[in-house]
Amino acid sequence: MSATEPRIAFTLNGADTTVTAAPIRRLAAVLREECGLTGTKIGCDAGDCGACTVLVDGAQLCACLVPVGQVAGRRITTIEGLAADPRYDALRQSFHRHGAAQCGICTPGMLMAAADLLARAPRPDAAMTADALGGVLCRCTGYRKIIDAVLDVAGAEAPPLPAAGEAVGARMPKVDGLAKLDGTERYGADEGPAEALWLKAIRSPHAAARFTLGDLRALRAKYPGLVRILTAADIPGKNSFGIYPDIKDQPVLAEGVVRFRGEAVLALVGDAETIAAIGEEEVPIAWHIEAPVIGVAAALRSGAPALHAAHPDNVLIKGRVLSGDVEAALASAAAVVTGEFSTAFVEHAYIEPEAGYARRVGDRIEIFACTQTPYMDRDEVARIMGLSPEQVRIIPSAVGGGFGGKLDLSLQPLIATAAWLTGRPVRCIYTRPESMMSTTKRHPAHIKARIAADAEGRLLAVDFHADFNTGAYASWGPTVANRVPVHASGPYRVAAVRAETRAVYTNETPAGAFRGFGVPQTVIATETLLDELAEKLDLDPLELRHRNALRVGDRTATGQVLQASAGLAACLDALRPRWREARAAAAAANAGATGPLRRGVGLAAMWYGIGNTSMSNPSTMRVGIDRVGRITLYSGAVDIGQGSNTILSQICADALGVPVAAIRLVTGDTDRTPDAGKTSASRQTFISGAAAKVAGEALRRQVLERAGAGPAARLLVESGRIFVEESGERHALDFSDLPVSNESGDVLSATGRFDPPTTALDADGQGVPYATYAFAAQMAEIEVDTGLGTVRLRRIVAAHDVGRAVNPREVEGQIHGGIAQGIGLALMEEYLPGRTENLHDYLVPTFGDVPPIECLLIEDPEPLGPYGAKGIGEPALIPTAPAILNAIYHATGVRLRRVPATPDRMRAALREAGYD
Amino acid sequence: MYLRPSMVEEALAALAEGGPTTILAGGTDYYPARVGRPLTEDILDITAIAALRGIGERDGALRIGAAVRWTEIAEAALPPSLRCLQLAAREIGGRQIQNAGTLAGNLCNASPAADGVPCLLALDAEVELASARGTRRLPVAEFVRGNRRTARRPDELMTAIIVPRCAEAARSTFLKLGARRYLVISIVMVAALIEAAPDGAIAAARIAVGACSAAAQRLPLLEAVLRGRRLASGIGCLVAAEHLGELAPIDDVRGTAAYRREAARRLVARALDELAAEAAA
Ligand SMILES: Cc1cc2nc3c(=O)[nH]c(=O)nc-3n(C[C@H](O)[C@H](O)[C@H](O)COP(=O)(O)OP(=O)(O)OC[C@H]3O[C@@H](n4cnc5c(N)ncnc54)[C@H](O)[C@@H]3O)c2cc1C
Ligand code: FES
Ligand code: FES
Repeated sequence: MSATEPRIAFTLNGADTTVTAAPIRRLAAVLREECGLTGTKIGCDAGDCGACTVLVDGAQLCACLVPVGQVAGRRITTIEGLAADPRYDALRQSFHRHGAAQCGICTPGMLMAAADLLARAPRPDAAMTADALGGVLCRCTGYRKIIDAVLDVAGAEAPPLPAAGEAVGARMPKVDGLAKLDGTERYGADEGPAEALWLKAIRSPHAAARFTLGDLRALRAKYPGLVRILTAADIPGKNSFGIYPDIKDQPVLAEGVVRFRGEAVLALVGDAETIAAIGEEEVPIAWHIEAPVIGVAAALRSGAPALHAAHPDNVLIKGRVLSGDVEAALASAAAVVTGEFSTAFVEHAYIEPEAGYARRVGDRIEIFACTQTPYMDRDEVARIMGLSPEQVRIIPSAVGGGFGGKLDLSLQPLIATAAWLTGRPVRCIYTRPESMMSTTKRHPAHIKARIAADAEGRLLAVDFHADFNTGAYASWGPTVANRVPVHASGPYRVAAVRAETRAVYTNETPAGAFRGFGVPQTVIATETLLDELAEKLDLDPLELRHRNALRVGDRTATGQVLQASAGLAACLDALRPRWREARAAAAAANAGATGPLRRGVGLAAMWYGIGNTSMSNPSTMRVGIDRVGRITLYSGAVDIGQGSNTILSQICADALGVPVAAIRLVTGDTDRTPDAGKTSASRQTFISGAAAKVAGEALRRQVLERAGAGPAARLLVESGRIFVEESGERHALDFSDLPVSNESGDVLSATGRFDPPTTALDADGQGVPYATYAFAAQMAEIEVDTGLGTVRLRRIVAAHDVGRAVNPREVEGQIHGGIAQGIGLALMEEYLPGRTENLHDYLVPTFGDVPPIECLLIEDPEPLGPYGAKGIGEPALIPTAPAILNAIYHATGVRLRRVPATPDRMRAALREAGYD
Repeated sequence: MYLRPSMVEEALAALAEGGPTTILAGGTDYYPARVGRPLTEDILDITAIAALRGIGERDGALRIGAAVRWTEIAEAALPPSLRCLQLAAREIGGRQIQNAGTLAGNLCNASPAADGVPCLLALDAEVELASARGTRRLPVAEFVRGNRRTARRPDELMTAIIVPRCAEAARSTFLKLGARRYLVISIVMVAALIEAAPDGAIAAARIAVGACSAAAQRLPLLEAVLRGRRLASGIGCLVAAEHLGELAPIDDVRGTAAYRREAARRLVARALDELAAEAAA
């Protein structure tokens, strides 16, 4: 703040308020930084996401587009004001009851937009709701439950929380849901000591270049508030990181060479005003631009420049699964279908850009930031800092969406190094373009595949080759290369399989983990080819899949015999009546159609191995009781909105035999919780859930033993005290005389650990890569405007075998959100470095793009899973895109082999097919 | 400097001083162009100037003040000829953008994809530009010169958009093509206005296409073909590729040039068919 800044007075949440600020400052920034109201979120600073929506004189506005000078004398309502206003209790309760908030980062904006709507129309319909909330993006929920919540604002209150033993299977609201509805949840950008310095990375505008730093003295002289300029030389330990222990190929700060646009070159550290004032062009960097290697084909060409000396051919890794004699099977087949497919870079587009702060505490460093994997962050930061892992503490903030994109380090090593060297806390918040250009993407895939069957439609062979563009650095490239071959033959019995993959370096954005690790791209090829095969053999696409569906006792392409829980056939059975009806209705509509609209119905299936591929990936959960009888679950699993806090509480409560309301949670702090592994690979319900169950059961045994009660005794929790009831007698348990057994203050404590049994894969990919698989089939009903090439979704039906739906509403939430991302993958999402680096040009589905969704939950229990549960996070997304592509074919007879199927691509294909 | 006057004269005086002043209205184009960058320009905020507010009649024409927001346009009671502009207003961004953004800002920003421009072309609208030197009026077609280029002189403020009164019978529509439902920049958009006699004979047709050239354009060849024809079912079939000859679409992330050209023809045809269907109803 400078002396010339005027005082601006307005009414904020009913109270007279005055701020001293430059009138041009964004209202969103002033609310958060000057007024301390961090409930208003910033996802883009450009009007594109609506997370910053507030009411000004009752009308919704993006606070990131309002100069604070314009609100003088006006009435502003933020989420904090809404939360304090009893008139909106029903709205928030309805959101809570319907599971309308997942990660919650969009929720304040959604609630503000809904408040604006309800003031204008107390009883809106679905279309009005979408129109009013359409300016807010949500990447988690698929919007449907938000619409339900607004329409049901006057609905009944939620039923009470489930009683002891009844939590698993209950549609209970999120245990941590209310904080997402009143603006109190603390995301990465919402905390930071007042005395913190700020950090801003300077990034390469070039995809391939060498550089030298100029004389930085002038910059320092011009900006006395510039405390430090970090370069590669400042990294205390190793200036390299990467997911795999043996592939640390990415520098924290580039050392004279950059390999992708957006790579960090140096970092400015100083007071907030200085850091905001420095223009990037003021930083003297001399660039020597080189010809970038763009696309896999260019990278594989002989003589292509090598990105990394260790990989002269630019091939990071190859993966494969081989079983049976593919050539012989192809030769003997009654029908063979062949295709070549390509997919684009896809951006996670979580609404929360990376943010956090670090501070040095003696000889330790503490990092508060958004992450999906606190323990990996800890070890990686330790390596970069030259510290022991115990010297690093990771405190995950609430995470405003992850989807795999927050599994890699982003700002953590930068803020940690800066805090370490300056001795002061250091904050950083990525801008939206910075987040998009510098963090990982879904791998673009180039796939060639052949599928063969006999005359009855039995699958004989799958021959599959895929190249994945892993970008400039390895990240999760090896995971994709290894996971895909296992999944290439789909959820089917196939006699002969040859599945080969390569991950290839290019001068593009590093591709990493994104919901499904390459499998969504894979099924775009295989599931559309299956439809072609069905047509060739004159079989119904659903029946073809049903005939070949993997069942218990079947052997997979890796030689694994499925022991239990293979529910694809059941998923297809559930879809069948809807499928037949919808196919017939579409055909009838088309028969009478005179205009450009054609309807179609498509189907796709999938399976997905839960947990890491052929690798130990254990989780440990601890649950304890303190002196006064309070029960705490210590969970290192990060809930990124998918609901693991709720699911794990439900499981642990039933294992202990207490009401779920009695469980308190301490989550994801590497100093306080045991290692639950990453929130990825759809593993937290299955793996951490199993660990929570073991922990809960073990603690129950301790409690009953102490009470001298048998295993059938009931535990009751009343007014904070625990009672044991056996054969009609009840007595209170007293823990006050017990010695405290751990630093958390618990007197009784039990840990549970689960590591899914898998084996390594041999050179031909034979072995047991996963302990269990999820199965699913989805059906998409669409309408194509053949004149314009646009596709409108009419409905999606999703049948998912989840083993056991620990919380059906959370499962539905995952399915809805996955489908929304699948729609984006199929129809609109394409990240192009330098061109779609914002949420204006990079399009994700909005309120009007996700149709009504019907979820059919199939429960074929998995004996290894907690109460039979498997996973849902990634499976939700996988079948959607091929189901849409198959529906497009059904509607028009046009096959698209490149996604996204943007209107211009669709129209070009339609024209080629003879559509006027 | 941040100036927020309440009188037009103050604003014009500030502009007359000749400094590099940036005019700010709804801010919905201003801020997105400055993400992550320091906000250092001198600002002239025009939203407190009462004279720029409101929609009213003057001298038989409709006058839309420069500070009028999209929501006000969408919700105002306007003659049916202005339906194209009202439909466009409802399709700008999302509700938050409509509550902030102004039609004048849309024109002055002069994006090739500005949804307001084809509507105003079809309405034969003019803009009013004021400076300390005086006030002038320009047809919208002369004001918007190209991609981010306008005829506004540095000391001029747009004070209003003036829409001449149309015949009672004039009807208009607006069709927008985007790759998603909300918050989407047009790949192509079309505004069409038809004035037909009671027997259906077209007295005047004014059709404009946006996002297919550096600035939205009218289709004079097509308009000439339509004049005198009957506004009836099947009229869209009259639209031929050569009527769109003046358009010069480009390839970009939203679509190819060839696609834009084809989609423009289709949308124009559909807009005419829609107006014909309405007239028949
Ligand atoms: C998320 C989002 C979605 C959008 N969607 C659309 C869309 O669908 N269609 C569309 O057409 N646009 C869209 N826009 C762009 C924008 O909202 C519109 O162009 C809007 O009408 C601009 O008006 P404003 O008042 O906000 O302009 P401002 O940002 O305040 O100003 C825009 C420009 O005009 C100048 N200016 C403003 N008023 C005057 C005046 N009276 N005299 C002289 N110069 C002036 C300013 O100096 C500036 O250069 C979108 C923007 C966002 C952020
Ligand atoms: S932060 Fe304002 S719209 Fe995204
Ligand atoms: S819940 Fe909407 S973005 Fe996460």
